[in-house]
Amino acid sequence: MKNTKPIIRIVGLSKCFTSANGEVSALENINLEIREGEIFGIIGMSGAGKSTLVRCINFLELPTSGTVYFAGRDLAQLSRQELYKVRQSMGMIFQQFNLLMQRTALGNVCFPLEIAGVNKHEARQRAAELLDLVGLTDKADAYPAQLSGGQRQRVAIARALATNPEVLLCDEATSALDPATTRGVLSLLRDINKRLGITIVVITHEMSVIEEICQRVTIIDDGQIAETGTVEEIFSRPKSQAARRLVYPAEQQIEQIIGNRSIRIVFDGSSSFEPIIASMVLEFKHTVNILFADTKNIDGKAFGQMVIQLPETDKIADGMIAYLRGKGLTVEEVEGVV
Amino acid sequence: MFKAAVIKMIVLGLGETLYMTLLSTALAYLLGLPLGIILVVTEKDGIRPQRFLNRILNFIINVIRSVPFLILLVAVIPITRFIVGKIIGSSATVVPLVIAAAPFIARLVESSLKEVDKGVIEAAQSMGASPLQIITKVMLPEALPSLIVGAAIAVTTILSYSAMAGFVGGGGLGTIAINYGYYRYQNDVMFATVALLVIVVQVLQEIGTWIANLSDKRN
Ligand SMILES: Nc1ncnc2c1ncn2[C@@H]1O[C@H](COP(=O)(O)OP(=O)(O)OP(=O)(O)O)[C@@H](O)[C@H]1O
Ligand SMILES: [Mg+2]
Repeated sequence: MKNTKPIIRIVGLSKCFTSANGEVSALENINLEIREGEIFGIIGMSGAGKSTLVRCINFLELPTSGTVYFAGRDLAQLSRQELYKVRQSMGMIFQQFNLLMQRTALGNVCFPLEIAGVNKHEARQRAAELLDLVGLTDKADAYPAQLSGGQRQRVAIARALATNPEVLLCDEATSALDPATTRGVLSLLRDINKRLGITIVVITHEMSVIEEICQRVTIIDDGQIAETGTVEEIFSRPKSQAARRLVYPAEQQIEQIIGNRSIRIVFDGSSSFEPIIASMVLEFKHTVNILFADTKNIDGKAFGQMVIQLPETDKIADGMIAYLRGKGLTVEEVEGVV
Repeated sequence: MFKAAVIKMIVLGLGETLYMTLLSTALAYLLGLPLGIILVVTEKDGIRPQRFLNRILNFIINVIRSVPFLILLVAVIPITRFIVGKIIGSSATVVPLVIAAAPFIARLVESSLKEVDKGVIEAAQSMGASPLQIITKVMLPEALPSLIVGAAIAVTTILSYSAMAGFVGGGGLGTIAINYGYYRYQNDVMFATVALLVIVVQVLQEIGTWIANLSDKRN
């Protein structure tokens, strides 16, 4: 792939909102490069700052500090008029479609062309071509209210493509759609990327969307970038907590509680066979993770060994070790996993 | 039932009432529509926030709206005299009607425009639309059904104000109702004019609702 030149470069971008109840830091020191022709994913939990980030990319939201370069131009340096022009090179689609309800499908696709000053006749012609591209030729005269969600999003995509943008920004474009319709819209986006060579930025909270169409992805967590890489890398070797949470959602609870200290407990028959681990958990009100256990009950005495992972707080981990030793058990810390 | 002269007078009165009402509504929209747009555009989350201007306009509108119409009618007599050259009759009544209705219309327009989905405005911004383009191509057309409903409210309200102006020689059906019903105890004439007013309000309201529904593509 010729995926080398960055078309969007986000440099040291931060965004603070001042609201009635104080300052909210929505984004902190974001640095990203989105390459020409790629499908780039931005994923994160609700409230992570994804929408704010995508709105900063076309300066709908002005960064508090840092800036965005689009095709080498610093957006912060542009005049209002120049910014309007640049935005015509960046199409955008939304979760709620945001179509003009008082215009037909065709009228909606004509809209950005009118904004750009294209004459009516040409605009209608181009709009008709685009509706054709998204497979909605027969719905040209329908109003959005008469279209299904998937059809509305297709109109929105046609509209976003009308001015021949170099980039298409998609903020949760499939989150309001059912799985089958989602697949249809995603494959349309993939098709547009291939056929027209348009760079696509996909914002989502669903890993499946990333998996389906993205080549590279960045994980944004609480306003910061946790990790950026190819989709394969992140899927096979998630490094950050945020990435692991997204890739292995089931692990979430354990991941949060368990630290990286493990101990081996040896039962040599000197303690009675009682639910000692359970008592300890109850006593400390923190869970542990049993990695390995091979114990036997012989004549009411416990024999064997067990490896457990302790909570991440050192105070509690140390307390647990002391507790077990107090019960007459041999306890040693082990490194790595058995 | 009525003498021909009375009927002629009522018909003339109706004509005057319609003239006052429609002319005042048109002129009041000339002021109120841009005012309403400016209110929405300059507010805190508007497309061009202008805190100071927004506050000033809100204040002025609230002040005028809180003055009772009859007091306004008297208070603006010097202005009326200056513009129209006289202070009684239907043309003279147009001046206070416009002054009273413009801020009211500004509020109606404001609330209609605020109903426009913020997301749609954001979409227009993302396409590089200027504030003027957003106003003319997004806000006004998207709010059209609601603006028309507002216009029906405005025109019927102005009609009832014009009748009120009849108390002080404002002309039209209001003056007839007062002169005959109140001063001369000719209740039949008064009832006839009031019935006419009721019919006019009904018709205007129906027309408004009908056009609003026609223009609404949202369902
Ligand atoms: N205009 C605003 N004023 C104040 N705070 C805001 C504003 N917009 C966003 N925020 C705050 O910024 C943070 C990030 O919001 P953002 O909408 O970017 O999240 P998101 O990742 O898109 O979430 P979601 O998946 O729910 O859409 C949130 O804490 C939000 O409350
Ligand atoms: Mg969002």
